[in-house]
Amino acid sequence: MSEPACAHAREGARPVPYRGGGFAPRPRRWAGAAFLAGLIAFWEMCSRLGWISPLALPAPSEALAALRDLAQSGLLAKHLGASLGRLAQGWTLGVLAGIAAGLAAGLFSLARAGILPLVAALFPIPKIALLPLFIIWFGIGEESKVATILFGTFFPMTIAVYGGVDNVDRTLIRMGQSFGLSRLSIIRKIVLPGAMPAILSGMRISASIAIILLVAAEMIGAEYGVGAYILLAGNLMATDQLVAGVMILSAMGLTVSWLLGMAERRLLRWRA
Amino acid sequence: MDLRVVGLTHVYAGAPVLQDIDLEIPSGRILCVVGPSGCGKSTLLRMLGGLERPDAGAVLQVGEPPEGCLNPLTYIFQDFALLPWRSVAGNVALALEDRRLGRAEIARIVDDVLARTRLSAYRDALPRQLSGGMRQRVAIARALAVRPACLLMDEPLSALDAQTRELLMDDLVGLWLREGFTACYVTHNLAEAVRLGHRVAVLSRRPGRVREVIEIDMPLEERAERMPELAVHERRLWQLLREEAAAADQELADV
Repeated sequence: MSEPACAHAREGARPVPYRGGGFAPRPRRWAGAAFLAGLIAFWEMCSRLGWISPLALPAPSEALAALRDLAQSGLLAKHLGASLGRLAQGWTLGVLAGIAAGLAAGLFSLARAGILPLVAALFPIPKIALLPLFIIWFGIGEESKVATILFGTFFPMTIAVYGGVDNVDRTLIRMGQSFGLSRLSIIRKIVLPGAMPAILSGMRISASIAIILLVAAEMIGAEYGVGAYILLAGNLMATDQLVAGVMILSAMGLTVSWLLGMAERRLLRWRA
Repeated sequence: MDLRVVGLTHVYAGAPVLQDIDLEIPSGRILCVVGPSGCGKSTLLRMLGGLERPDAGAVLQVGEPPEGCLNPLTYIFQDFALLPWRSVAGNVALALEDRRLGRAEIARIVDDVLARTRLSAYRDALPRQLSGGMRQRVAIARALAVRPACLLMDEPLSALDAQTRELLMDDLVGLWLREGFTACYVTHNLAEAVRLGHRVAVLSRRPGRVREVIEIDMPLEERAERMPELAVHERRLWQLLREEAAAADQELADV
């Protein structure tokens, strides 16, 4: 104990016990990557030591080798190109349609009355169950796959945008009106930026859903695509290729999340 | 341009909120409106600027707004209503963007108004970087940018701490002395009302009626020095309001 603390202790005084702190996670830059690397190293070690049977789960090094083979044969580019093309089309269209429907539901009473029950009725349906219907409607080609992703991303996007528009500060809208801004200006300059946090979080959710649906759609009648590659590997019991395919999907998810993170930092700079 | 309120009545959810309000805001003067909370002060102000429609009676503009006036009836809000994603200059520019002014003209007006309100150094700051007082100064600059004929102020100082409020009050008085704006200033703070009002209208509790309009002759620039004389007016206002405020305080909210 230090000199003054000693003096206080003699009077029977003691410091107030500290009981604050915690509940405030902060970003740790490299912890995530380190944790992932550690997990993969542990997995590799288990495989090398024979604790995990190569039949049950291939070692990460084997999966990486399969990935390298795939890249060298030129098929990786084909699979990835086909998948990314479908993902980009379906997700972009779904997000745009969702923003439009969400805005309409957030702004107009009649649209709200029409759209909300529809969303409640159709959102819970697994879009994969509708894939055969989409194939009948749009053919076995690209359209049915894009349509599956479009429908899958449309509903969560609509809900996110509608919620975001509802939460836009009404005093800001009154302010816009009081300065004589046109309706279009108010939507473009006040409602849309105000709903942007919700729009971006809707994009995050719908991007993950889009990847899930992409794989499901590609498992039915696709020549190229990560989903087709995984399905083929599964049928051949080529678990190293299967894990390689799953790694590609993870990488896609990480990339999308990283891109959206950048968009958030750019577009939401105004938030503290 | 004068603003005249005649027989204004408003009913909200079956209960009258405002009843037979008659008021006159002559050009170049400040009318303060005080009343117990929930007496419909803010509703009245929203009707003055056309943001809400009265059930009966009318708000009339008497005479033409002055030359070059872009938005005759311009609000200053209690919670500033600044767009958090726009800089100070961007927020001021917003008020000018739908008015067929060229880019250069908008930039000129923004620069001019920021200079007049001594905000030029903050033009690129975002609202979250500013203190409450500075945010309200930006909102005042935005209101001045459209050269209003009448300012409608809804408790503009109520979201600020006491010291900032004092500083902004000085700003407002200085601004009136320089620019001589017309204003309707709604507040529940009697000290603000007697500092800034040429006339002070006292509303009763719900349904709000005009109980009395008192005239304060003292020039605005002398009021800071002659507080004791103002206190007489303030006491008189408080006598008028006291019972109303006490009764309003006991009421159950049913809307």
